[in-house]
Amino acid sequence: MIKRIFSILLVALVFFAIFMTLATDVPFGEDRTGVSSRYIYEGVNETGAVNLVTAIVVNYRGFDTLGEVTVLFVAATGIGAILYNRSHPVKKRSKTEASLIVRTGSDILFPIMLLFGAYIFVHGHLTPGGGFQGGAIIATAFVFKYVADTRYSIDHAKFTVTESIVGMTFALIGILGLIIGGFFLFNFLPNGSPAELLSAGIIPIIYVAIGIKVGAEITGIIDNMMGVQQ
Amino acid sequence: MIFYLAAAFLMAIGIYTLLAKKNLIKMILGITLIDSGVNLLLISIGYINGGTAPILLGDVKPSQVVDPLPQALVLTNIVIGVSVTALALSVVIRVYRHYKTLNSDEVRDMKW
Repeated sequence: MIKRIFSILLVALVFFAIFMTLATDVPFGEDRTGVSSRYIYEGVNETGAVNLVTAIVVNYRGFDTLGEVTVLFVAATGIGAILYNRSHPVKKRSKTEASLIVRTGSDILFPIMLLFGAYIFVHGHLTPGGGFQGGAIIATAFVFKYVADTRYSIDHAKFTVTESIVGMTFALIGILGLIIGGFFLFNFLPNGSPAELLSAGIIPIIYVAIGIKVGAEITGIIDNMMGVQQ
Repeated sequence: MIFYLAAAFLMAIGIYTLLAKKNLIKMILGITLIDSGVNLLLISIGYINGGTAPILLGDVKPSQVVDPLPQALVLTNIVIGVSVTALALSVVIRVYRHYKTLNSDEVRDMKW
């Protein structure tokens, strides 16, 4: 009981501290752009990407994104190490099969969802979205397969090869920039005219690589969690 | 202003969940609630009155968009949050397989 009162008091204190600091020191809706005014006014000229968030994530802060992809990779590896399961062939995950509606619906929706995910990450420099969002949609398509078929399992060898190739593509583009332009992830391709599909230099290539990599990694995580037996 | 209130509220609920709940999965839900609160806070700090999404398509002028930098950082934070949640859930699966319970009091060495 004392513990509960103590935690409620602590939570109330934290809430008021956060809210009062924000309300007094950080007025809402005020223009406080520092470095990002350069991104807003020069971003389209310098990177060729109309979507300024993509310009920052892949071009200005591309090295940071390489680290982010590495964090996701390390997490997927750790989950594989924690939940390692050697049973093969795949056992049934549940006692009842999915209904006809679920099986037919997932068969119809699976290619459409793959296409939509690819659309999201190919157009990452033009519209809202990008590699991470498109990858999440591709992983969702594979979740549909897992829900519909209680014996479904991905081919781990193919997924690992795909993931390694696209991961190396990202690093290789960075090293090519180092050779051609003198620093890592230098934009060595022409920017083209803004708001076209083939523009913005290396951004579309990197975002396609990230999209496939994130899709493969999240599917691998889901497969590891689905393969757990009671 | 209501975004600040919602962000602080989400963080407070998350901290309370971490302190008061015994179920390990509920504690992970608390961590993700704090995560969402931080994301909402960063996005609303970057808002500029009358601004629109930072995509310079059509007749959107550079003076009309909100700050894109917090949005890029929140994109990073979402991915890190997903990784942390997935890793924590897999540890919980292992804990459940070993101890046959999700109550943190019944798991040895996890009391406070």
